[in-house]
This record gives sequence, structure tokens and C-alpha cells, in this order.
Amino acid sequence: MHAIISISGLSKTYASGFAALKGVDLDIRRGEIFALLGPNGAGKTTLISIVCGLVRATAGRVTVDGHDIVRDYRAARALIGLVPQELTTDAFETVWNTVSFTRGLFGKPPDPAYLERLLKDLSLWNKKDAKLMMLSGGMKRRVLIAKALSHEPRILFLDEPTAGVDVELRRDMWQLVRRLRDQGVTVILTTHYIEEAEEMADRIGVIAKGELILVEDKAALMRKLGGKQLTLQLAAPLEAVPPALARYGLTLGKGGAELIYRYEAETEDNAIADLLQDLGAAGIAFADLHTTQRSLEEIFVSLVSERAGADGNGRGAGEGAR
Amino acid sequence: MNWHAVRSIYLFEMARTRRTLLQSVLAPVITTTLYFVVFGSAIGARIPEVEGVSYGAFIVPGLIMLNLLTQSVSNASFGIFFPKFSRTIYEILSAPVSHFEIVLSYVGAAATKAVILSVIILATAAFFVPLRIEHPLWMIGFLLLTAVSFSLLGFILGIWADNFEKLQLVPLLIITPLTFLGGSFYSIDMLPAAWRTVSLFNPVVYLVSGFRWSFYGSADVAVGVSLGMTLLFLGVFAGIATWMLRTGYRLKP
Ligand SMILES: Nc1ncnc2c1ncn2[C@@H]1O[C@H](COP(=O)(O)OP(=O)(O)OP(=O)(O)O)[C@@H](O)[C@H]1O
Ligand SMILES: [Mg+2]
Repeated sequence: MHAIISISGLSKTYASGFAALKGVDLDIRRGEIFALLGPNGAGKTTLISIVCGLVRATAGRVTVDGHDIVRDYRAARALIGLVPQELTTDAFETVWNTVSFTRGLFGKPPDPAYLERLLKDLSLWNKKDAKLMMLSGGMKRRVLIAKALSHEPRILFLDEPTAGVDVELRRDMWQLVRRLRDQGVTVILTTHYIEEAEEMADRIGVIAKGELILVEDKAALMRKLGGKQLTLQLAAPLEAVPPALARYGLTLGKGGAELIYRYEAETEDNAIADLLQDLGAAGIAFADLHTTQRSLEEIFVSLVSERAGADGNGRGAGEGAR
Repeated sequence: MNWHAVRSIYLFEMARTRRTLLQSVLAPVITTTLYFVVFGSAIGARIPEVEGVSYGAFIVPGLIMLNLLTQSVSNASFGIFFPKFSRTIYEILSAPVSHFEIVLSYVGAAATKAVILSVIILATAAFFVPLRIEHPLWMIGFLLLTAVSFSLLGFILGIWADNFEKLQLVPLLIITPLTFLGGSFYSIDMLPAAWRTVSLFNPVVYLVSGFRWSFYGSADVAVGVSLGMTLLFLGVFAGIATWMLRTGYRLKP
């Protein structure tokens, strides 16, 4: 079987009447790192919560490794580890106890050697007897990860693992996720940061207003979304792009006063260095330069309006006109 | 059955008590002692024997029942309310545990604590008054059934309550008055006829009466009725708790 999680027609309307998910279909492949991107309130946490059994679906069906999450919840949930978005911990418990607790909860017999390795991997070993309330936020998040991994799950959900986390811990976390992937664990993470999805994911799904707008391989998506632009304010206007610079695909702007270079976010750093060197060699001087990138917000907006346009109904057009 | 999970939750709950051992044991013991000093010695000396036992001994079953009910309800309600309040309950809800296993571990732990406390109070009472237990098996039976039933009630309360006030209000406004008016400190035969009839609508009367019967062999209502009522509570509370978990009431949006 290809998909380890199979979601079909999943909808959630909260008691307030708010439709947080509107017929989501999604297959997660075994062993992949899947990043779910979306603005605040898009429905990411709702989706994860349904799969993990924290929220009841209004309609639709989810299977985890072939087990229906409602009818066969034991088998389905035993495979899953969840790191929630919020830092929720038992203040009075010690690290060791809380991690052992979770392992038991998921039906696994105690295995101190495994937990020791896990805590060491997460740089928590020297804190194992510390009470959770005495830990910093970043450490608490690590404890939540340790809890989620305590029962050796095959699937790990990370709901915004790097929100409010410093650079170092973020790197650690990325490494950890890769290590897990190497062990065959399927990882689903949500994030607001496109760089994070870029760094980590094999595939990316974009969700907005409860609808899955697209699911694509990262490489393909980054080409579409990750475009950057370098603008050079020239010292003297140009009539045309010199042939020596043809390979960069440059364009002129502001009647020749600006030279514009569009490139992928994936392009190696030295492409720009090369360009600047070639400019010098061609005798083109510039007064200033800046780079711009479409913000994630813009990307979402354009994706959503693209989709509304593709629907070809009056609603999309009406919104566009406003 | 996911026994590892039941064990984990049960031990977690018991550990929580151990952290607050002093206040959770000392408080009831001191209160009980005060009751004996005031009712047993000071006032009790002026009260003639009730149903053939000294007043001090007469109030022991009621006193234990009073503690058993309040402890069961407060232990169980806090046990489930706290993770709900701190949101750590996500773990329980996402774990491969059945509703029965959740109830078994939380209610089991709360009932265990309440029973242990009752035994401590019984031992304390034995210091002050001569005790006699005519039907020890019935006594244990009532003790366990009541502890489980009212731990279930506490569990229900803990899921229902969405703030600390509500959590404390129910025991304060309902359980304690019903227990005081339920014949803990008197036989309802002592009441005027009209109040006696009213008392029969108080469910605690049946619990206290049956429990006292297991000590001294005399009761306000037939012991079979007491047992029936206790089982009825057990059934009703178990039914409500099951319904709550099945529908995700106040647990799963
Ligand atoms: N229990 C609830 N009752 C009513 N509405 C809810 C509930 N939980 C979430 N919502 C709403 O559902 C929508 C989706 O919420 P969700 O938490 O899934 O978003 P999200 O994509 O995780 O957002 P964020 O990036 O901010 O975490 C939001 O508009 C939220 O207000
Ligand atoms: Mg969220």
C-alpha cells in the first residue's frame, strides 16, 4: 500500500457553525515528510486533530495504515505520535515521568534504555529529573517531542514545531526530523514558514479557509512559489541588456534605469556573485540594489484567487473586482 | 485491554495524591477528631443511646459516608478536570485507550483514595468509641460500591465543569447538605413525620442507612432498598459517564 494516511471527503463544522474543513482529500505517502502550509485559521490544526482523535469529523473518512480512525481507533492511534501546537505540560511532573507516562498510555511496556536514548537525542538527559515547570519554552517543546516519540510511532505529527523556537533548536529539530525519516517514520508538519517547508519537506500541501488548494512535490512548488527578484539601480540607464549577460535572462525596468534579475530561491548563492562579477566585467555600474521575494501571505492570496478564478463562477470574479 | 495505559493513568493519579499526602490525609483525620470531640464527647454525653448504641458510635458510619462521598467526588472531579483545564488531556484523547479504560483508571484511582481515607477515619474513630461491625462483608461492599458510584459522579462533574467555581460548587451546594440532611448524625426516625417523608427523597439517606446497618444491624430503610439504590446510582452515573465519553461531551469539539 502506498498511502499511510488516507483522508477522503473530510469536513468539520464546529458547534459554532463555522466550517473549518470543507471536503479535504489527501493521501500521505509512507515515509515522506509532508508539510502542511497555510495562514492562521486555515484548518491545519483541525485536520491533524481529527486524524489523532481529538476532534470529531462532521463528514468524511480517514484511515491510518488501513485502519479506520473511528472503528479501529486502537490500531490507528498506536501508530501516531502528536506534538501539539500549544505547549501543554504537567507542571509538577518530571521529564522522565511524563515521557514514561505517555509510553504506557500508548500501550507499550516500559523500556528505560529506549527512553534514555530518546532523551539524550533531544539533549534532555541532564534534565530528566527536573520538573516541567522549571524548563524553558524550548525545552518544553523538546519534552513534547520526546513524549510523542516515546512509544516509537510510525507517524509523527508536528503542529508548528518551530513557532517561537530559536535558530539552534530549529536546526536540531530539522535534523531530528530527517533522522526519523531515515528510520522510516512518516512526518507531517504544519508551518507558516515557507523556508521551513523548503528545508524539510518532500511534498507540500497548501490549505486555506478549510480547503486544500494544492498538493505538490516540493521541488515543483518551489519553482512556482519561491521566485526572488534582484533589482539593481543603474548608475547610467541602459538601452538594452548587453549580450555578455544573456545567460541570466535579465530584463530592464524604469526605462532602462533598473536591471532586474529573477531567480529561484533554490539557486545556489554564487549565481548572484557571478552576475555581479559579470556586470563589473561588462563595465555596468550600479548605485544600489535590493532583493524582494513574494511573501507567503501574497502566495496564499494569489493561490486562493487563482482557485476562485479557476472555479469560473461569479463569486471569484466579484471578489476580484472589489 | 490496554493495561499499560490503565496502569499509567492509575499510578499517575495515585502519585498526585502522594504529593499532597499531608493535606489529603491530615485534614479529614483532624476533622473527624473534632467531630468526636464535639458530638461524641461534649454533646453526645447528653444524648441518650440511639437505636441501642452510644451517640458517639452511632455517628461513625455517617461520618465515614460523609467523607467517602466528598472525597470520591472531589478526587475524581479534579482528576479529570485538571488535564482538561491544562489541556494535557490531548494525550489521553489521542491514545489507543477505550472509554472503559479511561473511566476504569480515573474512577479506580479516585475510589481507591476515598476508600483508603475511609479506613483511616474508621481507625481514628476506633480511638474514641467502641466500634462494632456486625456485617463486615456488607460494610466493605457498601464502601466499595459507594466509592465507585460517587467517583463516577465526580468524573461526570469534572467533565461538565468548565471552571474551578463550578467544580467546587456542586460538592459544596449539593453533596455536603444532602449528607448532613441524610441522617449522618441522626436517625431519620427522630424527625417529625413530614420531614421523614421529605428525607426519603434524599438519596444519601439510603447510603447512610445501609452502611450503618452493616455496623449495628439497625437501619432507617430496609437494607435491600439501600443496596438497590446504591446499584441504581452506580448504573445511572456509569450511563452518564459513558454517554459523555461516547459523544465527546465537553471533551472533543
Ligand atoms: N473548538 C472550536 N470551535 C469553533 N471554532 C473553532 C474551534 N477550533 C478551531 N476553530 C476555528 O476553526 C478554524 C481553523 O482553526 P485551526 O486551529 O484548524 O487553524 P490553523 O490552520 O491551525 O491555524 P493556526 O495557524 O493559527 O494554528 C479557525 O477559524 C478557528 O477559529
Ligand atoms: Mg494551528
